[in-house]
Amino acid sequence: MQENEKMSHENDNDEHHLPANGDNGTESHDHDHDHDHDHDHDHDHDHHHEESFISKYIFSLDHKMIGKQFLVYGLLMFFVGGGLALLFRWQLAYPERPIPIIGASQQYIDEGEVATGADKMWERIYESDKEEWLEVNMPSGVITPAFYNMLFTMHATIMVFFVVVPILVGAFGNFLIPLMIGTRDMAFPVLNMLSFWLAVLAAVIMTVGFFVPGGHAAAGWTGYAPLSADPQWTGVDWGQNLWAISLLIQGFSSLVGSINYITTVINMRAPGMTFFRLPLVIWSLFIVAILLLLAFPVLSSALALLIFDRLAGTTFFTSTAEGGGDPLLWQHLFWFFGHPEVYILILPGMGIASEMIPVFSRKPVFGYKSMVYAMIAIAFLGWIVWGHHMFQSGMQPSLGAFFMTTTMLIAVPSAIKTFNWLGTLFRGSIRFTTPMLHSIAFVSMFVIGGLSGIYMANTPVDIYIHDTYYIVAHIHYVVFGGSLFAIFGGVIYWYPKMYGRYMNDTLSKIHFWLTFISFNCTFFPMHILGIGGHMRRISDPTQYEFLQGFQGMNIFITMSAFTLGFAQLILLFNFFWSMSRGKVAEKNPWNVNTLEWEAPTPVPHGNFEQIPTVFRGPYEYSVPGEESDWIPQAQPEHAPATGGD
Amino acid sequence: MYKWLPFPENISTFGVGVDKLFMSIYWLTLIVFILVTITLVAFLIMYRHRPGHKAAYIEGSTKLEIIWTTATTVIVFGLALLSYPQWNKIKSPTQLPTPEVIVQVSAKQFNWDMTYPGPDGEFGTEDDLELENQLHVPEDKVVHIQLTSVDVIHSFFLPNLRLKQDALPNRFITVWFEAMETGNYEIACAELCGFEHFGMRGFLTVHSEADYEAWKAEMWPPQ
Repeated sequence: MQENEKMSHENDNDEHHLPANGDNGTESHDHDHDHDHDHDHDHDHDHHHEESFISKYIFSLDHKMIGKQFLVYGLLMFFVGGGLALLFRWQLAYPERPIPIIGASQQYIDEGEVATGADKMWERIYESDKEEWLEVNMPSGVITPAFYNMLFTMHATIMVFFVVVPILVGAFGNFLIPLMIGTRDMAFPVLNMLSFWLAVLAAVIMTVGFFVPGGHAAAGWTGYAPLSADPQWTGVDWGQNLWAISLLIQGFSSLVGSINYITTVINMRAPGMTFFRLPLVIWSLFIVAILLLLAFPVLSSALALLIFDRLAGTTFFTSTAEGGGDPLLWQHLFWFFGHPEVYILILPGMGIASEMIPVFSRKPVFGYKSMVYAMIAIAFLGWIVWGHHMFQSGMQPSLGAFFMTTTMLIAVPSAIKTFNWLGTLFRGSIRFTTPMLHSIAFVSMFVIGGLSGIYMANTPVDIYIHDTYYIVAHIHYVVFGGSLFAIFGGVIYWYPKMYGRYMNDTLSKIHFWLTFISFNCTFFPMHILGIGGHMRRISDPTQYEFLQGFQGMNIFITMSAFTLGFAQLILLFNFFWSMSRGKVAEKNPWNVNTLEWEAPTPVPHGNFEQIPTVFRGPYEYSVPGEESDWIPQAQPEHAPATGGD
Repeated sequence: MYKWLPFPENISTFGVGVDKLFMSIYWLTLIVFILVTITLVAFLIMYRHRPGHKAAYIEGSTKLEIIWTTATTVIVFGLALLSYPQWNKIKSPTQLPTPEVIVQVSAKQFNWDMTYPGPDGEFGTEDDLELENQLHVPEDKVVHIQLTSVDVIHSFFLPNLRLKQDALPNRFITVWFEAMETGNYEIACAELCGFEHFGMRGFLTVHSEADYEAWKAEMWPPQ
C-alpha cells in the first residue's frame, strides 16, 4: 500500500522533470518519463559503488553529506551543551545539595557511612591518591562555585559556536544552498570539507579543555578581560587558552564556509534564478555568510590578542597604573563581533520559518521584497548596535543615546517580518503539520524575545535589568524560542529530502508539545526573576536576602529544564531511528515549489539530472485560474497544470 | 509599583523615573504582544485547512508595509526621546548633581572596600575610614560613589536604588544617588568576577539625618 502511494506520487512528480528535459531540447517529453523514473534508481546504485565508505561518509566532498555531518555534529553538541545546563540548573534549585544519581547520600556526607552505590564510588575516589576530576569539580556530587562558572561558560560557548551556528549555517547552509539555487555542488567542495573538519578539530580541543589542570574556561562565554586575560584571577590556566584556540579554529571554519556560500550564491544560480527569485532561506543564509565573513575576523583578532596576553605577557586587555591596555577594548572587539553573531543566530531561523509558513498556508509569502529588505536592514543595523551590551560598562555614557536609538530601530525590520508572517497566514489554508507547528512557535517566541529586547535597549531601564535573568530570558527566547524551533521544524521538513524518509510524526508531535510547554515554563519565569533583580551567573542565589523569595521559582525552572532536556532525547531518538526505520518519503511530500524538491530522493551526487531552469519566484501557491495550488519554480510557462493535492 | 511584578522596593529619586519608564514599556509591549497573539490565533483558527477552501493569492500590500513601518518607527523614536533625559540624569558625567557625601568604593575579589573621608572631609589623609562591605549614607542627600576596582571588572549593583555601574581597574567612575527611605539594603556584584562572585555581597545602610550624625560621631570622632 505504502509502496503504491509512493509510486503514484513519484509519477506525479516526474512531470516536473519537464523543464529540465525541455531545456535540453528533448522533444518527446511524455515518452521519457517512465524511463526517467527508472533511471533515477540506476543512477543511485552507480554511486554506491563508485565511492568508498571513507569518501562517502567521512571525507566527503558532497555538500549534502557535509550538511548532514554538520547536522549530526550540531545535534550531538546540543546534548553536551544541554547536559551542562541541567547540571548548573540543579545547583541553582538546590544549592550545595549533591546532584541525583551520581551524588553521595546525605548520610555519607554527614557521617561517612556508605549507603548507596554512589557512596562507594566517592569512597574510592577519596581514597585514591590521585586527584580525581570528579573530586576537584564536584566533591560528593556538589557542584563547586568554580565548576559552576565553568559549566555556564561552556554551556553558552557550546550552544552558540558548536550547535546553533553549525546547524543553521553548516547543516542547512550546505544542504540547501546548492539544491535550492539549482546547482550541482558548492563552488569549493574541498574548502567545504575543510570547513567541517576544522569544526571537528575545534570541538575536540574545546572538549579537551574540561580535563586539563585548572579546569575549563570560567570567564563566561563573553570572556571579559581581565578575568580571562590572567590565570591569577580564575585559577584557570590552559582551559582558557584552549577555549581561545578552539574558537580561533572554529572562526576559520566559519570563514571558509562563508566564502564558499557567498561565491556559490553569486555565481552558480540556475538559469532564471534571479536574486529576487531566491527562496528567503537562501537570502538569509547569503546575508549571514556576509556577516560571518566580516564579523569573525574581529573575534579572531581579539582572541589572538587574548592569547598573547595570557602566554606572551602583553597587556592588550589589562591595565596597570602606569598604562597598558584597556579591559574595555576586549568588550568593544567582542561585541563588535558578538552582535552580528546574534543575527547570525537568528536570520537563518527567520529564513527557515519563511519557507515553511507559505508552504503550509498554501499562499505566497506576504511582502517578499520587504522580507528581503528587512533582513538586509537587520544585518546592517547589527553593525552599529554593539554598544548596547556595554551601557553599564563604563563606556562614555553619552554614547548610550546613539546605541539606544540604533538598537530600538531594529524593532522596525523585526516588526515588518512579524507582520508579513501574519500576512502570509491571512486567508491561507493552513496545514498544521509538525514543521508548521514549529514555525508558528518560532513566530510567537520571536515576538516575545523581540519585545523583551526593547526593555534592555532602553538605557535607563537597562541600568536595572542589565546582568540579571531578564537578559538570560531574552537571549533564550531569541535563540532557543527562535532559532532552535526553526531548526527543529527545518529538520523535520527537510528530513525526507536528506534521508529519503519521514521522521516519525507521533514522536515529533510529542517532542514539539513537550518542548513548547517546558521551554516556556523554563524561560518565561526568568523574566520575573530579572524583574526581582536576580543576577545572572551566581551559583547560589540564596546568599542574598532579597532573592530568598525566588527559590521556589528557581526550583520550578529547574524542573521545567529537566523536562525540556528529556524532550530533546525524543528528538535525538527519532532523528537516528527514522534514518533506517522511518516511513519512506516520496520526492516532494509537502508539494513545495522550490528546486530542492525537484531533485530525486535520495539526492544523488550532482543533485540534478539536468540543471533546472527557473521560471518564477519560489512562492507561487494557489495562483488563481490554476488547477493545482502549487507551481514549481522549474515548471515552464503555459505547461499543463500539474501537481495538486 | 504593580504588585504582580516583584520589584524590590525603590528608594532612590531617579529610580521613580526608571520604574515609570519600565512600566510604559511594559504596557506598550504587553498590548503589542496581546494584539499579535490574538491575530495569530484568530488567523490559525479562521484559515485552517478545510476541504473545498482554497487559499487566497495575495502577494503583499505596499500600503500596509508603509503603515506598519512608519508606525513602529514613530513609536520607537518616541520611546527613545522619552528616555534620553532619564539616562543623562542618572549617568551623564557632566550632569552630576553636587555631592553632599562622597564615598570611595574599591572592588576587589570578593569584597567592596568602602572609604570615607573622615572628619577632615578629604580623601588620602590619615583620618580616612575604611569599612569592608559597609556603605553608610544619609537619607535625602546626594551621594557620590567614586568607583574603581583593583583586579577584574565588578559591577556595583544596588537593586533598591535602581543603580548599576561596572567597576574597572585603574579607572575611576563617579555615580550618584539620593536615597529616600531609611533602612538596610543589599549590595550585589552583577558582573562575573571569579569563583566567589556569588558571595560578593555588601550592605547599604540609609540613616536618617540624626542617625547619620550619630554614626559619624561614633565611627569618625572629630579630633
